Amino acid sequence: MKVLVPVKRVIDYNVKVRVKADGSGVDLANVKMSMNPFDEIAVEEAIRLREAGKAEEVIAVSIGVKQAQETLRTALAMGADRAILVVAADDVHQDVEPLAVAKILAKIVEEEQPGLVLCGKQAIDNDMNATGQMLSALLGWSQATFASKLEIEGDHALVTREVDGGLQTIKVTMPAIVTVDLRLNEPRYASLPNIMKAKKKPLDEKTAEDYGVDASPRLEVLKTEEPPARKAGEIVGSVDELVAKLKEAGVV
Amino acid sequence: MAVLLLAEVTDGELNLDATAKAVTAVAALGDVTVLCAGAHAAAAGEAAAKIAGVAKVLVAEDASLGHRLAEPTAALVVSLAGDYDHVVAPATTDAKNVLPRVAALLDAMVISDVSGVIDGDTFERPIYAGNAVQTVKSKDAKKVVSIRTSTFDAAGEQAACAVETIGATDNPGLSEWVEDKVAESDRPELTSAGVVVSGGRGVGSKDDFALIESLADKLGAAVGASRAAVDSGYAPNDWQVGQTGKVVAPDLYVAVGISGAIQHLAGMKDSKVIVAINKDEEAPIFQVADYGLVADLFTAVPELVEKL
Ligand SMILES: Cc1cc2nc3c(=O)[nH]c(=O)nc-3n(C[C@H](O)[C@H](O)[C@H](O)COP(=O)(O)OP(=O)(O)OC[C@H]3O[C@@H](n4cnc5c(N)ncnc54)[C@H](O)[C@@H]3O)c2cc1C
Ligand SMILES: Nc1ncnc2c1ncn2[C@@H]1O[C@H](COP(=O)(O)O)[C@@H](O)[C@H]1O
Repeated sequence: MKVLVPVKRVIDYNVKVRVKADGSGVDLANVKMSMNPFDEIAVEEAIRLREAGKAEEVIAVSIGVKQAQETLRTALAMGADRAILVVAADDVHQDVEPLAVAKILAKIVEEEQPGLVLCGKQAIDNDMNATGQMLSALLGWSQATFASKLEIEGDHALVTREVDGGLQTIKVTMPAIVTVDLRLNEPRYASLPNIMKAKKKPLDEKTAEDYGVDASPRLEVLKTEEPPARKAGEIVGSVDELVAKLKEAGVV
Repeated sequence: MAVLLLAEVTDGELNLDATAKAVTAVAALGDVTVLCAGAHAAAAGEAAAKIAGVAKVLVAEDASLGHRLAEPTAALVVSLAGDYDHVVAPATTDAKNVLPRVAALLDAMVISDVSGVIDGDTFERPIYAGNAVQTVKSKDAKKVVSIRTSTFDAAGEQAACAVETIGATDNPGLSEWVEDKVAESDRPELTSAGVVVSGGRGVGSKDDFALIESLADKLGAAVGASRAAVDSGYAPNDWQVGQTGKVVAPDLYVAVGISGAIQHLAGMKDSKVIVAINKDEEAPIFQVADYGLVADLFTAVPELVEKL
């Protein structure tokens, strides 16, 4: 079985994101970019499946600007076997929407015939939480979102999902789309020798047109603003003072 | 214009708070029809009929809809969507599982976690863990939208509107429910509680989390946690507050032993009053706290429980 892992290039989660003063978007100049943290978890899970003999090949895919190459090299350094870059935007400020990403991924799935697609649950830039579900709809495959445990047993998989009420376990028919949550595993760091090796692994470059997909956005971004700031509060000197303040504020 | 709203129904019971908040968000867009789907959904349908602003309720009962599996639920919603301009739901994990699937089947881009409705095409939503708010205008014929409930008040009550029973669509049969692990608790539900007390890594162990729970019980509060506390096994996953957990906006939020990473703030910074207890005076949580107490939680929390 092949495992396909879509990985997105996003602003590193440690960076304090700044909104541009003219409301046109967030500032991406000289900002550290990284692989979406959920996608690192997906790559890790795919590699573990291969190490456990449940998968033969791990293919990382990224859709976006040319610079997403770096993200794919990270996936290769972690242990993915090969990578596909689909250039679908030439401006780093243009986000390719989940629907377009899902349509491109659907075409790649047709070509590559993986038995499993492991997506992140959510990209931490647009916070959409949609691509895996959309891909699953387009393919007519089963879906298991927000996975914190994944066990593959022949023609089906048992997936434990993190849901509002706690945990839910479902059994899905393979091939399946699984989106991964934070507690599925702890991703490994790429070692220096593996980073070197990754440079020689195959990385195919394609465009959205190659797949006949119109990647133009359905959502026009009218403006991007800073949320209203909270006004600074006060430091209280003791528990007694805290209790008095809370009573004064009428919240206890 | 007409709106189809997928109600939050769990084991036959309506989540009134989340559903009524979503009704408020979309009431101005047109007549709201609420869909209650489940193995049992009739009682939920009756409850939904009494939410002010609801024009009609559809009840779909079928074993295949029992655990809100994405494939049969999405198929049902899509089969009904022809009559509506908007398909919406409160942004629960259930809806986040189902709505993008619905959207793709309708060839529409889903608009997740909407915090403001400007008009039928235009919506506000937080991005980058709430560091920015984007206003987007949809070009799609049908809009598929999930509503961030913490930013809307629940709609009130009305005399029950009409309830119609409909059938389920064919179950594609791709997935099966196996089990739920749901902790029963007498505490209020996290996303609708008036007071939330959350603990972080600073609490140090699962046993010591009892301290957080005792403060919560004193305040009649729900219990929350940071990701670090959940990852470390001090608290269950459904207590996680933040960018990738639950979003809460109670009247009072008490953060204990939580540093205030942006991903945590994303889930609680719209709370009315925020209290932070942390031994590190530099902790970023103090930048959003109305009242900060620089103290060791192991002495401050028991004292607080005693004095409240
Ligand atoms: C993709 C992604 C998604 C994420 N999603 C979320 C999310 O949804 N929710 C979330 O919370 N986090 C999330 N995080 C994690 C987040 O970045 C932080 O790592 C996490 O919030 C830190 O938790 P914490 O504040 O409990 O721990 P720490 O940052 O370790 O802080 C512990 C605090 O406790 C204080 N402390 C220690 N001992 C005591 C004591 N005895 N008395 C008083 N204070 C004490 C310390 O001073 C410190 O400030 C996410 C991260 C990523 C990468
Ligand atoms: N441009 C992209 N390239 C590759 N994978 C993506 C892209 N956008 C989204 N994904 C995948 O879909 C997941 C969910 O993203 P989203 O639906 O945007 O929140 C991510 O964690 C990735 O696995």
